Amino acid sequence: MAENRFNKDIGRHSVVFETPVYVRGYACVGGKKEGEGPMGECFDLIEQDPYFGQNTWEKAESRMQELAMTYALHKAQCEVKDIKYLFAGDLLGQLMATSFSVNKIEIPLFGVYGACSTFGEAIGLASMAIDGGFAGNTMALTSSHFSGAEKQFRFPLDYGNQRPRSSTWTVTGAAGIVLSNSRHGSNVCIKGITTGHIEDYGIKDSMNMGACMAPAAASLIECHLDEWDVTPDYYDKIVTGDLGKIGKKILIDMLMAKGINIAGNHMDCGIEIYDCKEQDSHCGGSGCACSACVLCSFLLKKLERGEYKRILFVPTGALLSGTSFNEGSSIPAIAHGVVFERI
Amino acid sequence: MIFLKAFIVGGVICALAQVLMDKTKLLPGRVMVILVCFGCLLSAIGLYQPFADWAGAGASVPLIGFGNSLYQGMKDSVDSRGFIGLFEGGFTACAVGVSAALVFGYIASWFFDSKAKD
Repeated sequence: MAENRFNKDIGRHSVVFETPVYVRGYACVGGKKEGEGPMGECFDLIEQDPYFGQNTWEKAESRMQELAMTYALHKAQCEVKDIKYLFAGDLLGQLMATSFSVNKIEIPLFGVYGACSTFGEAIGLASMAIDGGFAGNTMALTSSHFSGAEKQFRFPLDYGNQRPRSSTWTVTGAAGIVLSNSRHGSNVCIKGITTGHIEDYGIKDSMNMGACMAPAAASLIECHLDEWDVTPDYYDKIVTGDLGKIGKKILIDMLMAKGINIAGNHMDCGIEIYDCKEQDSHCGGSGCACSACVLCSFLLKKLERGEYKRILFVPTGALLSGTSFNEGSSIPAIAHGVVFERI
Repeated sequence: MIFLKAFIVGGVICALAQVLMDKTKLLPGRVMVILVCFGCLLSAIGLYQPFADWAGAGASVPLIGFGNSLYQGMKDSVDSRGFIGLFEGGFTACAVGVSAALVFGYIASWFFDSKAKD
């Protein structure tokens, strides 16, 4: 079966890039709570006003995307016209935040939805466009807003709903990353990706998303290690998106049962982004911006400084909708893997 | 004294509902429906009115008291109008509460926006 394959295609889920896809610039913005968290110092901008100067939560989220894009382009020292394709998505219905954030700048756009895994999916596609020779520079962009997400998926804030202990806190923030086929002084590149398939264990509790997503993360990591023929210690960190405390335990147990031990180098962005004791975030952070902001505030800087040599970034997404939830359907989940490496 | 009694009784009812919220996977809407139905049931077996007479606002303000008013409204209209009363009593009994919630909620929305939680 290998004879029909290109060299890049190394397995059912994985591709390895022929040419390095460089991380040319990246940036993230966050809200007040994110600023008070352990990663707060590393954000490019922390805005105290939860409306970001707008009058609705949805417009606030669009504004965050605009800001993240502006900062990322500035740091990459390029302009909108230099970006061939934008791959962007968010949590709102019909990608509302994305449509309204780029509606004035005429940038060729692929809207992507992977719930909280959106950034992994967007980066995967953006880097394939570069390796395929279709673009010199591409950008991946995503956002989420606590208040907008509560309104969309649970209850509007005015309703004053109580959050159970197993729930996670949707991160208010946005992050963007500019990828390029030329180096521009960058010392971090993307080696390849592993694209997840949907795992559905029939869990229906939208307040316990960690348990829904852990099987997707487990299957992705297992596929990845197998197809890339590496062991977990090949990576300094295996970073999942927003499993939270409950999900992390399930993930480690599931992989352990298959003889894969990631307990030593696993990290979960949802656990890292808030101080769960001080900030009352319960199980941790979630949302598209959770993994995206941790990547663009913390992980990429660690790679640039040489503190990490190589990471496997695995954002996870719970693909429920308000409609499917109300109709009593289970919550399908997906994970996307991206390998970042210091050159 | 009547205030203290109302405060304690109302608080106990709310604390019991909180146990349902925390210890079960019931969504908030279901907890509310359970409270209303429970109030109707207590009213139907004749327990709620003496309880409300004793506890005052402590028994009438929580949702369980809304169930009591619904049942009483239904009962009165069935007594006076017979079968057709089934389609009337519940609505007339709850009209004041529901309309007040709508009107005051709407007025509040002129002055306040929803705030993010901290």
